[in-house]
Amino acid sequence: MRKASFKGGIHLHGYKELTSGKATIPARIPDKVYIPLSQHIGAPCASLVLVGDEVKKGQRIGEGKGFVTAPIHAPVSGKVVAIDVREHPGGTFVPCIMIENDGREEWADSVKPIKDPGSLDCKALRDLIFEAGIVGMGGATFPSHVKYSPVEGKKAEVVVLNGIECEPYLTSDHHLMIEKPERIVAGLHYIMRAVCCDKGIIAIEDNKMDAVDLLQKAAAPYNNITIMVMAEKYPQGSEKQLIYACTGKEVPAGGGLPLDVGVIVNNVGTAAAVADAVENGIPLIERYLTLSGDGIKEPANYLVRIGTLFKDIIDQSGGYAGPVEKIIAGGPMMGKTIYNDEVPVVKGSSGIVVLKGDGKPEMKEFSCVRCAKCIDACPAFLEPTSLVRLSKRGAWEEAEHYNVTSCIECGSCSYGCPAHIPLVQHIRKAKQAVLAAKKAQANK
Amino acid sequence: MTNQDNLLIVSSSPHLHSPDNVPAAMRDVLIALIPALLVAVYYFRLPAVMVILACVVSAYGAELICLKMMKKDMATKEYSALVTGLLLAFCLPPTLPVWMAALGSIFAIVIAKHLFGGLGHNIFNPALIGRAFLLASFPVAMTTWVSPIDGVTTASPLGIMKKATGQQLPRIADLFLGNVSGSLGETSALALLIGGVYLLYKKHIDWRIPGSYLGTVFVLTSIVSAIKGYGLEYPVFHLFAGGLFLGAFFMATDWVTSPVTKTGRIIFGAGAGLLVVIIRLKGGYPEGVCYSILLMNVVTPLIDRYTKARVFGRVKSHA
Repeated sequence: MRKASFKGGIHLHGYKELTSGKATIPARIPDKVYIPLSQHIGAPCASLVLVGDEVKKGQRIGEGKGFVTAPIHAPVSGKVVAIDVREHPGGTFVPCIMIENDGREEWADSVKPIKDPGSLDCKALRDLIFEAGIVGMGGATFPSHVKYSPVEGKKAEVVVLNGIECEPYLTSDHHLMIEKPERIVAGLHYIMRAVCCDKGIIAIEDNKMDAVDLLQKAAAPYNNITIMVMAEKYPQGSEKQLIYACTGKEVPAGGGLPLDVGVIVNNVGTAAAVADAVENGIPLIERYLTLSGDGIKEPANYLVRIGTLFKDIIDQSGGYAGPVEKIIAGGPMMGKTIYNDEVPVVKGSSGIVVLKGDGKPEMKEFSCVRCAKCIDACPAFLEPTSLVRLSKRGAWEEAEHYNVTSCIECGSCSYGCPAHIPLVQHIRKAKQAVLAAKKAQANK
Repeated sequence: MTNQDNLLIVSSSPHLHSPDNVPAAMRDVLIALIPALLVAVYYFRLPAVMVILACVVSAYGAELICLKMMKKDMATKEYSALVTGLLLAFCLPPTLPVWMAALGSIFAIVIAKHLFGGLGHNIFNPALIGRAFLLASFPVAMTTWVSPIDGVTTASPLGIMKKATGQQLPRIADLFLGNVSGSLGETSALALLIGGVYLLYKKHIDWRIPGSYLGTVFVLTSIVSAIKGYGLEYPVFHLFAGGLFLGAFFMATDWVTSPVTKTGRIIFGAGAGLLVVIIRLKGGYPEGVCYSILLMNVVTPLIDRYTKARVFGRVKSHA
């Protein structure tokens, strides 16, 4: 059988063997946690606590204004010792609540099992999901209750769970699928109910057949959930490419949403978090995370509390294996490099990849030789090399005409460029300029 | 990590890169030209060696001088000048005086490549410009052909066909192996095919260009053959004679001067194929590969413009 896939993309070496097959380790709960007040797309939270306050595990400590936001909860019980601006793994500086862990692990009163979750209606389900502060855990961190809210004139026909994990090195979703398949299936079931849709798909790349088997077993009682096996190709886990592979539909370019083609996509981790929230009232305070790369002594997957510093987890893994060149928050294709390992794990942290580098200076950039490898690789069917030419010239209007905003920044073009041109970097610049110009025009 | 001696690198994603690079790709093209090089040296002996050396050495020398004069970063030099020199040698007669070969090579690098902006910016295939320049400047020397091994002056297979001198046309098998007169690197379709398959396997070239180029020539000459009753040998002769294989696998596929879109590549190859047949059958020259590709080079930007792919998620507009 030909496995579902998309057009374009590249084949990457996965480096997943570094961590796959090793059981997930519960990370040491740190003495101090650092909770950024903005861990999602949308309005940042304001602190609900003051320095000196005692907090319980699971207690809501931050909330934002408006609809597109997600509350933030204390991942440990203890005392608030500071509220200060700190580095965020996304590269920005945001206000952060520092809590000293008292080690008692006392749950807040608000965290209690939900009675008869099977009878809840979609509004009640969405409220529980909002209360738990759940956001897209694949890295996009879009508040889930917003995604599940009905949109006038559009109906969700299928909920797709993204278990692709196409980024090299990362295996946290893989391990979650192996270790908690029934939680994922239960979560999917609740999401389907929250959006009033009776079809669910769990999409997994064919390099994770063990997860396929386990999820197939877990989904057996539900006749409306199917497991789809996808060909291994990067970026299969990109939302639009995944929707195309699952349904054959293309999300409209120029600001279209998955719901425009009747699809809602969620990460498998989000589904597991939804199950915990809906059945047990547990907010999002911990997540699966891969720590890998040749710069780490003992690469492994961890179940880690939000707010744990990267450094704490790296120390638990035996520290660095010699001098390292890059620490990447996320996977190596789309993740961001950080300059300091004292940044906290946030809701969207799927992995930390530490690379030693080969010690050699980076290859010099050549002129574009028009080999068109970037064009063949682009899953959005753009002409990356033309966009770069326009970006270098600052020809933003023309770049917009060349659909620069359709770029998903997957990095497939830069990866294969024989001239070693940092295509994505140039395209990002043009994309940001075009989006800023659009925004300025809208505000006029 | 606050260790000052070991600062972390912060850079834009992606943080992985394929092992591909321009020098390696050019090296692969040189490797792909080895079979044809061996055949050329076997059939045309010392004169061929002299022409090849003259072209390659002067091309590389001219490249270095240009880079230096234009104050370009010498760290980004690669082997494309060697490829240009070798390809030019392949489409020259083996008996060409060495100084003419060197002059053509220098013209190719200086005028056709560096004056247009250097690697990646030239409009025309530099090797073919070198050949066109020599053909215009030294028409006699450029059309004096010798038979393989013994080096006796003779007509080229396409010349025999064009002028209908009554000379015996070479056998198809000899055309395929390269045991015929002609430019020193173009005679063996087999050797060029081996190199072409290597480049296809290495994914440096797209099958669409050689495929549509050779296919168009074959189909059009088959039609001519059917009308005039020449038989099946006629289109096969056209396929293997002259520089068609060299052009199809190594010249038309030049990254810089061919279209970047998939549809565009098919149009490019088909257009070049049509031009070859027109020049060979109706034009003043017996052979048309060189000009067919140069003419298609001119329209490459236009082809790219009109064959742009539909962006993912956008229905093709009817405008």
